[in-house]
Amino acid sequence: MMNDNIALTETTYYILLSLYTPQHGYGIMQRTEALSGGRVRLAAGTLYGALSNMCEKGWIIQLPIEDGSRKKEYKLTEEGQIILRNELIRLKQMITNGEAVMKEGYHV
Amino acid sequence: MSEHKTVYKWFWVWDFQKEEMWLNEMAGIGWVLEGVGFCKYYFIKRLPEEYTIRMEMNHAVNEYVSFMKETGAEYVGRMVQWIYFRKKVEDGPFDIFSDLDSKIKHLDRIGRMLLIIGMANLIIGLANTFNYINIGWINLLCGTLLMYALGRIHGKKEALERERVLHE
Repeated sequence: MMNDNIALTETTYYILLSLYTPQHGYGIMQRTEALSGGRVRLAAGTLYGALSNMCEKGWIIQLPIEDGSRKKEYKLTEEGQIILRNELIRLKQMITNGEAVMKEGYHV
Repeated sequence: MSEHKTVYKWFWVWDFQKEEMWLNEMAGIGWVLEGVGFCKYYFIKRLPEEYTIRMEMNHAVNEYVSFMKETGAEYVGRMVQWIYFRKKVEDGPFDIFSDLDSKIKHLDRIGRMLLIIGMANLIIGLANTFNYINIGWINLLCGTLLMYALGRIHGKKEALERERVLHE
């Protein structure tokens, strides 16, 4: 659990965020690109590796494949939601610190 | 009838990025990769700049290839552990890896592969030499070359790891 407290990579962060509602692989790539205004483009090989990794960790699960669709969909688990929420807190702190120091200088 | 051609060309494993660049230069002038063999590339004549070609080392299962296809990539073929994909330029930029972590992992996969075959060759070569089998030197030579390749790949990996200390 210790390791789960360290910063997420941008790839991990956007995948988790894209899976806030269930989505298949290509959908995750499209959502990430849209959310980041075209800045972050996940490549398929990177995404595939990250998805298997996160499934193993239990942050996301694969949904049962429905008839008629051959695309696998993924969904955030409760643990995944906690990870995402903690990351958001960490990011907010980074922004607050950055803005404060750059506006007012560093005071202890 | 579309035009085809076969080109024979050798690339060292540490030059895989050069191989990919060459395949994209070919696609740039309208020769699109259609299949691969040992030192052998099959091309089909299409429009210039119609496709992007990407390759990776992966002992991938079918599941991975279907995943790639879902994202709009076409599977071209595989040679030993190298898989070749292509994607239409009009369908957007095409890369297999988008962050340093996955590029480092890819180099690790290549390195592991070289280490296994390289060690096997060295062991067989030594065994043959001690048993006075004359062809032992062939395995020793292959093993040495594979270890050299491992070093080259490791160098690339270290460069990425230095980057990774500062950013993703």
